[in-house]
Amino acid sequence: MKSFNYHAPKDVKDASKLASSSSAFLAGGMTTIPSMKLGLASYKDVIDLKNIKKLSGIKVSGKTVTIGATTKHAEVAASKDVMKAIPALAKLAGNIGDAQVRNRGTIGGSISNNDPSACYPSACMALNAVIHTNKRKIEAEKFFTGMFETALKSGELVEAVEFEIPEKADYQKHPNPASRYAIIGVFVAKHKKDVNVAVTGAKSCVYIDKDLSKKLSSNFSVSAIEGMDVKSSGMNSDMHASAEYRANLVSLYAKKAVEAC
Amino acid sequence: MTKVTLEVNGKKFSKEVPDHTLLSVFLRDNLNLTGTHVGCDTSQCGACVVHVNGKSIKSCSTLAADIEGSKVTTIEGLAKDGRLHPMQAAFKKTHGLQCGYCTPGMVMSAVDLLQTKKNPSDQEIREWLEGNICRCTGYQNIVAAVKEAATKM
Repeated sequence: MKSFNYHAPKDVKDASKLASSSSAFLAGGMTTIPSMKLGLASYKDVIDLKNIKKLSGIKVSGKTVTIGATTKHAEVAASKDVMKAIPALAKLAGNIGDAQVRNRGTIGGSISNNDPSACYPSACMALNAVIHTNKRKIEAEKFFTGMFETALKSGELVEAVEFEIPEKADYQKHPNPASRYAIIGVFVAKHKKDVNVAVTGAKSCVYIDKDLSKKLSSNFSVSAIEGMDVKSSGMNSDMHASAEYRANLVSLYAKKAVEAC
Repeated sequence: MTKVTLEVNGKKFSKEVPDHTLLSVFLRDNLNLTGTHVGCDTSQCGACVVHVNGKSIKSCSTLAADIEGSKVTTIEGLAKDGRLHPMQAAFKKTHGLQCGYCTPGMVMSAVDLLQTKKNPSDQEIREWLEGNICRCTGYQNIVAAVKEAATKM
């Protein structure tokens, strides 16, 4: 790994000031550090957010669950508040990577990296999340802009993610057996007015499947989407799964998720 | 360079190390605690698992500076007064190892599991050990070792 200068500022303002075009924020580092070790990324400055206490924690209000950026996956998975308000979200967090990754990895790190196979982005999309940064609030749909890309600007960092509590929800993942990343992950959330079906792992970026969402909005049942043809165009094809296989999994896992709701 | 102070296996250590020093490197090269192994070095195999403040983590993907001031337990810190830790004894008894390379990580990971779940099922053990890869025994005897240890811990 190439050398860098390590910083651990105590507040968001100082963290933001240290940021430049050759810096990275560290929030667990479960992707950042392996990427640096493999030579896929190198930075002059690594800005660790661990000392900024206000970035960690879980708050549940009447309608929303707000999770601080540096809250670890294991904490979300074990949170009684999350389990009560949005059990699907606790389940999602409890199945990310492996136990040791969950003890270090954070929600802010996951969504800021926006890996096309990461689990959390699908929850953000399906649960109409609002991403709170040190500069503004961004709707999930506008936050995830492309493969490993987000709407975050230089010096901007995620402070918290605010999820809308749905009536029902479930997340179903077909994990890559080695990395546990989603070959396909489908998050189905039934809100008062409509249903969101968010898909991760299939394309270059998380997205809402509009057809599945529409069908389920008018009739929330497995039969409503039975036999629906999910198009494979634009889907990833790799050694683990072809685009056609992924398309089939999207439809299958959407049904599984509806069934589990 | 940065000064990192850690309490490792009950003893305090302070070292000046380059900022990008990984915890695995700090333990192996600076403290000569070579029981913590580095296998894949891409955080998939789990040979490098140690405990930081009681929780299992992968030391090859953690900066030493990031855990400044923490308490670290490595495989060398498990045996007390010359007696194997119940998990180590169980691995020995059930032959839960062959070449032994993955074993320190397996043991550290399994000890963490039993801290939170006293009597895990086979399925729970296998799920928990997802982040630990063994390429010689298969996992039968490793699972048997964790179950054996669960009766002693």
